[in-house]
Amino acid sequence: MKITFPHMGNMYLPAKAMFDDLGVETVLPPKNSKKTLEIGTKYSPELICLPMKINLGNYIESIEKGADTIVVTGSCGPCRFGYFAEVEKEILKDLGHNVEFVVLEAPDGNIKELYNRISKIANTKNMMKIAKGLKGGIGVLKRIDKFEETVLKLRPYEKNKGEMDKVYKSLIKNLENSEGSQAMIKLINQAQKCIEEIPIEKNRDILKVGIVGEIYTIIENFANIDIGKKLNELGVEVHKSHTTSGWVLEHLFYNSIGSTREKDIRNAAKPYVKTMVGGHGRETIGNTILYAKDGYDGVIQVMPFTCMPEIVAMSLLPQVQNEYHIPIMTLIIDEMTGEAGYVTRLEAYIDLLRNRREKYKNEKMLSWR
Amino acid sequence: MKKCYLGVDIGSVSTNIIVMDEEDRIVDTLYLRTQGRPIETVKNGLSQMKERLGEDVHVLGVGTTGSGRNLGGIMIGADVIKNEITAHGVAALHFVPDVRTIIEIGGQDSKIILLRNGVLYDFAMNTVCAAGTGSFLDRQAERLGIPIEEFGDLALKSNATVRIAGRCAVFAESDMIHKQQLGHNQEDIINGLCEALVRNYLNNLGKGKEIQGPVIFQGGVAANVGIKKAFEKILGCEVVVPKFANVMGAIGSALLAKEEVSKKGSTNFKGFEIADSNYAVKSFECEHCPNMCEVVEFYRDESLVARWGDKCGRWSNNINVESKKLAQ
Repeated sequence: MKITFPHMGNMYLPAKAMFDDLGVETVLPPKNSKKTLEIGTKYSPELICLPMKINLGNYIESIEKGADTIVVTGSCGPCRFGYFAEVEKEILKDLGHNVEFVVLEAPDGNIKELYNRISKIANTKNMMKIAKGLKGGIGVLKRIDKFEETVLKLRPYEKNKGEMDKVYKSLIKNLENSEGSQAMIKLINQAQKCIEEIPIEKNRDILKVGIVGEIYTIIENFANIDIGKKLNELGVEVHKSHTTSGWVLEHLFYNSIGSTREKDIRNAAKPYVKTMVGGHGRETIGNTILYAKDGYDGVIQVMPFTCMPEIVAMSLLPQVQNEYHIPIMTLIIDEMTGEAGYVTRLEAYIDLLRNRREKYKNEKMLSWR
Repeated sequence: MKKCYLGVDIGSVSTNIIVMDEEDRIVDTLYLRTQGRPIETVKNGLSQMKERLGEDVHVLGVGTTGSGRNLGGIMIGADVIKNEITAHGVAALHFVPDVRTIIEIGGQDSKIILLRNGVLYDFAMNTVCAAGTGSFLDRQAERLGIPIEEFGDLALKSNATVRIAGRCAVFAESDMIHKQQLGHNQEDIINGLCEALVRNYLNNLGKGKEIQGPVIFQGGVAANVGIKKAFEKILGCEVVVPKFANVMGAIGSALLAKEEVSKKGSTNFKGFEIADSNYAVKSFECEHCPNMCEVVEFYRDESLVARWGDKCGRWSNNINVESKKLAQ
């Protein structure tokens, strides 16, 4: 059994760590690239959203490298993600690839079936062993998410441009060459310390922007044309509202014990969306409001073209913008997206935020408008 | 000796060059078709402008904007390279300080820019559709055999309403053909098209945005009185078309260049002589990683002056070292 999984940010590293710990062989899909997207687009339904196109590209590239089992998380939420695995299975079958799909979900709440599936890919029925592997993987995941968050926060302040990128790049390279969660955790901890010690200039005039929207396009930097780094370079501190670790803990853990860590977000969104609208539509609204209350300068919504839940959120955002006096910009991405237009919009948006800040700073007003 | 600032807006359809004096007065404007050859057009434009100004000019600063801003900026040595949205906003504020809404429709792009208390407040730019922009109108005028300059005047002559589907350029065209076959006269159809495009613009970009007066209409399409009238009818308020509506982007970049030069004290302008230099662009696909970035190399008289297009900075960062060496 050679296991592979789709790319989503740096998630492949903790996944690899977990399978390493369990002694299961993995095939890492090549990094997301134009080629991945090209392959995925070629075989996907035309109007499906970008995440599936990239996923499919990942699978085909992995299969070429020898993978025979694909592991994906499932979702029972009313967003097309719930159908991805089924559609992809058929597409790969039509293409003549003989691979097995293991979807990590509990169909109709059948926990036993989920356990069967997990024990299949973990190659053991020993619950303790599985739990240990999972713990290691999540340990790596949480740390790497924290590391990324720190980079997005501190990079615009760094004294010598490029230092953080250097640490980041070498960390990823080292992680790719290491095995098992313990070794990875050690490496990330070192890098985290290293990055916090890089000399910074705290008194720079840096803006703060929150990123909301569809989780895949927020996390996967190939999909969002590396929005975090682009904003950092424009002198903006960035916070992303979704992380892989957040999603994993919420959906695999808190939700299954009937709890949630997202009460604040849901409460904030309540005046605009009372119920779940699929995907992360409600969270987009909630997070936007939390960012506004937190004194952020602006919020950017990133979504794949034709994403229904985000369209619902998008149509509510102008109202939020007016009521909370925070400029919100929406970026829709697709394989057709031209990077130049995207950069123009980002630049203009940052100009707008900067103008506002200057204007109101001079007038010594505490709130916008 | 005349002292002036230059503003250059290199768009997909047109390239505009303006000359502004020290008192922010517009001395001269030049409107050229880009025709897919921005380098040639900028060279051509600069040499024309130089001729018009005479020998006795001193350029204090220069700014570029538009989709070709980076290319043009490197060519002429711009002091400021700014996106079109900011440039349009700055120019509009200069002419109408209390402006609250800017409608900007150019060749390929349409934008709505909202300002409150003299600050950019919100904006939107067309994303997945270019129906209603200059290129589409151009094509329809050509199809009907009407010079684009007369297109708007014809719309004003209409006195009956014909409703055209304006959601998308392709649908609009086929619906127009359908209405022609039904026997509607040309003026009414053109008027219907203008109204459809305005509806489409407002539904696409204006969605959820509060359009308050004074409203300024700028960009190449502002010259079309039919569209202006349709905006006024649908918005129910006066729409102002400023005198320099089609070169506002260039004016904005000149104003920004003036501000920048006053801060740093000198200009990077390479002189009108660049019109005599030869520029060439070569490109190759970097095979260092699967991204396969298309790296563009920009040469001036056989020497490499810039590289761009790579995601990782492998090539574009490298150029700094080389250009430093050239300067020594």
